[in-house]
Amino acid sequence: MKGKVWKFKNNVDTDVIIPARYLNTSDPGELAKHCMEDINLNFAKKVKKGDIIVAEENFGCGSSREHAPISIKASGIACIVAKSFARIFYRNSFNIGLPLFECKETDKIKEGDIIEVNISTGEIKNISTGETFQALPIPPFMQELVNLGGLESYAKKLSKEI
Amino acid sequence: MSLTIAQKILQHHIVKGNINVGEIILARVDLAFANDVTAPISIDFLKRIGGKLYDKEKIALIPDHFTPNKDIKSAEQCKIVREFAEQNNIPHYWEVGDVGIEHVLLPEKGLIKPGMLIAGADSHTCTGGALGAFATGVGSTDIGFAFATGMLWFKVPPTIKFIYEGKRGKWVMGKDLILYTIGKIGVSGALYKAMEFTGPAIKNLPMDDRLTMCNMAIEAGGKTAIVEPNDITKQYLNVVGAKEGIFYKSDEDAEYDDIIEIDVSIIEPQIAFPHLPENAKPISEVMKKDIKIDQAFIGSCTNGRLSDLRIAAKILKGRKRDKHVRLIIIPSTPLIYRQALKEGLFDIFLDAGAVISAPTCGPCLGGHMGVLASGEVAISTTNRNFVGRMGSPEAYVYLSNPAIAAASAVLGKIGSPDEL
Repeated sequence: MKGKVWKFKNNVDTDVIIPARYLNTSDPGELAKHCMEDINLNFAKKVKKGDIIVAEENFGCGSSREHAPISIKASGIACIVAKSFARIFYRNSFNIGLPLFECKETDKIKEGDIIEVNISTGEIKNISTGETFQALPIPPFMQELVNLGGLESYAKKLSKEI
Repeated sequence: MSLTIAQKILQHHIVKGNINVGEIILARVDLAFANDVTAPISIDFLKRIGGKLYDKEKIALIPDHFTPNKDIKSAEQCKIVREFAEQNNIPHYWEVGDVGIEHVLLPEKGLIKPGMLIAGADSHTCTGGALGAFATGVGSTDIGFAFATGMLWFKVPPTIKFIYEGKRGKWVMGKDLILYTIGKIGVSGALYKAMEFTGPAIKNLPMDDRLTMCNMAIEAGGKTAIVEPNDITKQYLNVVGAKEGIFYKSDEDAEYDDIIEIDVSIIEPQIAFPHLPENAKPISEVMKKDIKIDQAFIGSCTNGRLSDLRIAAKILKGRKRDKHVRLIIIPSTPLIYRQALKEGLFDIFLDAGAVISAPTCGPCLGGHMGVLASGEVAISTTNRNFVGRMGSPEAYVYLSNPAIAAASAVLGKIGSPDEL
């Protein structure tokens, strides 16, 4: 995964990722139009397929609304790298097949940098600066969800096992 | 192996994996629920994987967020939920008129019991921990998965033990204990962790206050909060007609991630400043700041229970709201609504110039029934004061207990009942 960075700070909550005034629909395309609207008005207009969100601590805190990762995924974002994630956002993202990477060195990545993330090793290369960082490896269960494309395929697989 | 309550409940439900902290397990879920915002995605997921429900008795659907329908799109969402409930004959579905805010309604209906493993597609599902259950908020896809399989994946959380000692002061409620706690550890202070509330001040704490405290565990990033069930729990279960569950206790030598002691006697009513619940300040400090308000809201899954309305009425009795302030009061369920009406609280509220709405989550998440304009300031008994949470991204939300909110409505500024 290689893409341009959209940089955010600490405690980006689900109310700013997708404000509740747009929760009267769950259509991914509609939600993507308002993604990040209350924190960065340009995001939804300018984000391109394959871009990457980089943030600091506790990304996705607050409500359980799956509309938050759905809107991010539908906006074209390939993955999110942050120092830490709120737990419901974390599970929602993997459940819908949006990979997340926990990396404590996101301070060294700036808005507009081009980075490359190796999904299996968690290695992050900042192409713009030449620096390399290591994200925590994705736990095996999450890796399985990512490989399958989300919880939907996992459910189908599980129904055959049990 | 010594275990915490959280681990014991999970262990009891394990299908795959083992109970070590940090491991991912597959576990049976006793109750899986969703609301009008989150359920349509769960229902769609269920249809995509075959459409068969695992056990309709273990499901609840609660259209509480944008009901009574606030606009056409919301009406369509509610219709999806209603038709699904009717087609599948789901017993735990409540129509407008019977529906209340999920985290208040489910305990009241006797559906939350000690020892249960509960997942809800709403972050405030952790409220149920007040009854000694492991209750945790998840996403819509998770709930669709649980609807189909009766199971869900969980990461076994470490537990932080909070020991509350000392006597609560005047006007200090469960809300203040939890705002103080979040102020101390921060909005990510319990990230991925279970919070266990213990100590003498919790043993005697009324159930409504316990529910308020556990409700806001997610505001510290917590996966769940749990209070060890005791006689107060038993009494509550008797009142709501719930058959008793399993009363778990943490082992004395259970391993905790951290142990935090809190002296309740030094805690004043707390106000969380915009735009994070961790910005808690004591009322004595806030009174001096002369923060004028446009709206006071008393309600939500955090503070819309009968005891909350009673304390608000005690303060509002014989008084009027400041003429500039909109005072909105929303009992959380039809039962609470009726009880408040019977006790004469509605007369007190109406005489004070309040408006009383049907049960709904409405204003808490900027949905309807009290959305804020730019530049406006609200004191609210709710749980979040993020940017844009209650309406305009340029509005300011201060969180408090219902006594402070009621007093502030009269004063026209954030203040204490002692100033009246």
